[in-house]
Amino acid sequence: MIRRWVSLILPPLLVLIVFIGASEAYIRWRNIPIYLAAPPSAVQEAMVEYRPELLGALLQTTEATLIGFAASVVLGILIAVLLASAKIVRNAFYPYTVFFQTVPVVAIAPLLVNWFGTGLLSVAICAFVVSVFPVIANTLAGLLSTDPALADMFKLYGANPVARLFKLRLPWAMPSTFTGLRIAAGLSVIGTIVGEFITGDLDTPGLGVLILSGIKNSKTAMAFAAILLASLLGLAMMSLLNLAGYLMLRHWHASARD
Amino acid sequence: MVDEIPPAIRAGTQVTIDSVRRVFETGLVAVDGIDLLIPAGQFLAILGPSGSGKSTLLRMIAGLDQPTSGQITASPFALLIQPDGVVTSNPLSYYSDTHSRDQAYVFQDAHLLPWRNVLGNVALPLELRGEPRAARLAAAREAISRVGLTDSQRLYPAQLSGGMRMRASLARALVTQPKLLLLDEPFAALDEITRQQLDEQLRRLWQETGMTVIFVTHSIMEATFLAERAIVVSRRPAKVVLDHPIDLPANRGSDLRGRPEFAREMAVLMTALQRGTGELA
Repeated sequence: MIRRWVSLILPPLLVLIVFIGASEAYIRWRNIPIYLAAPPSAVQEAMVEYRPELLGALLQTTEATLIGFAASVVLGILIAVLLASAKIVRNAFYPYTVFFQTVPVVAIAPLLVNWFGTGLLSVAICAFVVSVFPVIANTLAGLLSTDPALADMFKLYGANPVARLFKLRLPWAMPSTFTGLRIAAGLSVIGTIVGEFITGDLDTPGLGVLILSGIKNSKTAMAFAAILLASLLGLAMMSLLNLAGYLMLRHWHASARD
Repeated sequence: MVDEIPPAIRAGTQVTIDSVRRVFETGLVAVDGIDLLIPAGQFLAILGPSGSGKSTLLRMIAGLDQPTSGQITASPFALLIQPDGVVTSNPLSYYSDTHSRDQAYVFQDAHLLPWRNVLGNVALPLELRGEPRAARLAAAREAISRVGLTDSQRLYPAQLSGGMRMRASLARALVTQPKLLLLDEPFAALDEITRQQLDEQLRRLWQETGMTVIFVTHSIMEATFLAERAIVVSRRPAKVVLDHPIDLPANRGSDLRGRPEFAREMAVLMTALQRGTGELA
């Protein structure tokens, strides 16, 4: 057991140490000015110095990410169910769903400021816009792959549409939905940061706002610290999703048994 | 007066197939003019090569597919079985519009819900019909014990062997106490020993319940062992090549497969099957 953990944790830890050491050494050796790139030691100092700002920003960003992600989960699954309900609905609306995905969030973010002002709502909408499509696409694929024999069986026992949806089709789509949710979890963090660049509120700054102001004001180390926190937030979201997926699918799906 | 053993009352469905034809949208003729009367309580095997229209025929009997022309009617009968073995049947006319509620279908693979354990899977048909929880769990446990899976009722499909999965599928079909059981090559993917065990089990279940069983297979041995009557259908479009009563005793043990009369019955079906597939022999 301990051996397994060591073999699991040691290699990435070594890579991390080597990377930190190498970047520290390179930045010092080449004498790269602090406003261009911060060595890990400076980032660590910034973590301490700007701790209240960084923690506040992390909280703000987490809130926007969770709201955007939750909206993606609920609306994404709902839209997928509607699209799966009939071929005609799918043919009519799916092209626009795909089109919606190709709209760059950076381009519509300024519009969101016009409509909803700066701050949490606009930022959360950015997170939603970039993360909803994988939920729709994967859930839809799962719903459409429902075992036809089981669908026949439900028909033979006179199951109503609600029972068909909740007892067969949605659970059947679950592994596929979770694939979408894992992608969406990472994307929602990216959407939030990009959203904060454009629609972020300076009174309640998120990590995106700190990154931008850090770079502008030559507080590069603080910007790096904020970037690091944003990455950790993404990692935490993914891990949470993996855990939830494991707990829900462990009994029956190959993807959760490893 | 001497105590008389009362007659056993059971129920089976009589199926009438009247010049049924099924042409797919592609123009493919799957079933071409089949007439059959399957009396209540009969065990019928439909034997034919792979890719003949026999599954299509079964789906039409179940109401999962509609014939292009012709008609299929299923009407439940009460079977009165006297202690001396004489069977009389009376139509249960008040049932006829709800006949679909009294049938069950077993597919080529087990097709269990992977997120439910055996108990949850077997209770599903009753759940879909809105039976109260206590009643459906009791019925599910009873059906599970009939197929010998009581020790595994908490296990999930992924934890079961192929044979156990099929047993669970069979229990799910039996839980509603159907009057008509339709099986579409249910044991085809199993190894020979497991398959023979399940055949024996199915045969016993049929004897206990009196339901009508229609069993589609491409195995001559399976058809011979299981059925009272075997129909051999040709390669597509499916037509009846032979309608043959299997002349074997009602109680069939595993030793029957080695007997000369078993071989004789198999040979009859074999000849018809070869005729139906276009003189391969």
